[in-house]
Amino acid sequence: MLRASVIVFPGSNCDRDVQVAIEKITGFPVKMVWHGDASVPASDLIVLPGGFSYGDYLRCGAMAAHSPIMRDVIAKAKAGTPVLGICNGFQVLCESGLLPGVLMRNASLKFICRDVTLRVDNAKTFFTNCYRKDQIVRLPVAHAEGNYFADTETLDRLEGEGRVVFRYCDEAGEATPEANPNGAQRNIAGICSENGRVVGLMPHPERLFELPLGGADGRRMFESALVSALEPMV
Amino acid sequence: MKARIRITLKNGVLDPQGKAIQNALAALGIGGVDDVRQGKYIEVQLSETDEARAKETVERMCKDLLANSVIENYSYELAA
Repeated sequence: MLRASVIVFPGSNCDRDVQVAIEKITGFPVKMVWHGDASVPASDLIVLPGGFSYGDYLRCGAMAAHSPIMRDVIAKAKAGTPVLGICNGFQVLCESGLLPGVLMRNASLKFICRDVTLRVDNAKTFFTNCYRKDQIVRLPVAHAEGNYFADTETLDRLEGEGRVVFRYCDEAGEATPEANPNGAQRNIAGICSENGRVVGLMPHPERLFELPLGGADGRRMFESALVSALEPMV
Repeated sequence: MKARIRITLKNGVLDPQGKAIQNALAALGIGGVDDVRQGKYIEVQLSETDEARAKETVERMCKDLLANSVIENYSYELAA
């Protein structure tokens, strides 16, 4: 049987939302795993949810990245377990070193809570293979620190390896400065690991996964996880 | 020993908070400010009394947690 785990940090607030999305879309039973636990139960995917882990003290995601459970999350990710980090979860992935770069304060210094349009640049990752490449989707962002930063060398490597998964874009799919809500380098909204099994993104797919919520563009992230998990490990 | 640790943004990393402070200073009529960069100051009280070992500990805490080497530099001084 396929199983998912959602890591719960003190200050996580999207953990239940993502639990519902996973259960409804994939049918996977979901274990909620406390940050102080030493290990994650055997899982076919792990989600680091959105929120304000540890009150965003020091830097967003910095304390969570060093919490006891993360040692096992990092070990499992390195052994091939797929990990999805949403919003604060993306910040935790960067702080833990599973993904390169860092999420800085928005260039506007404002907390941004609204829908954005995104272009799917990589439709081959564990969490995006049910999208089409260059598909334009609408998802909400809700963050004060979503301004993706990495040095030029790292950005060039990410682009060269096709590891930019989502980019902020306009309705036509162009990654323009106007379509960039937070000042992120090269309009980057989400990236993945070399093997495409660790994905981090600032927008919230779990907040728009069925029409009663106002949209369903996030649904395919969870469908992708289901399809990927059913395929034999490469 | 006490460690006085300063964490600053690397050159070239944009600092919108520093810019906002600069603008606020201008709004207060405090002129002649060419640039503002903000950072963090952390004091850590160590039980260690040996300076070399204290240094080792502070280096480790800066590298592993207090500073993010992607965007930040750190410096510190030790005082008895």
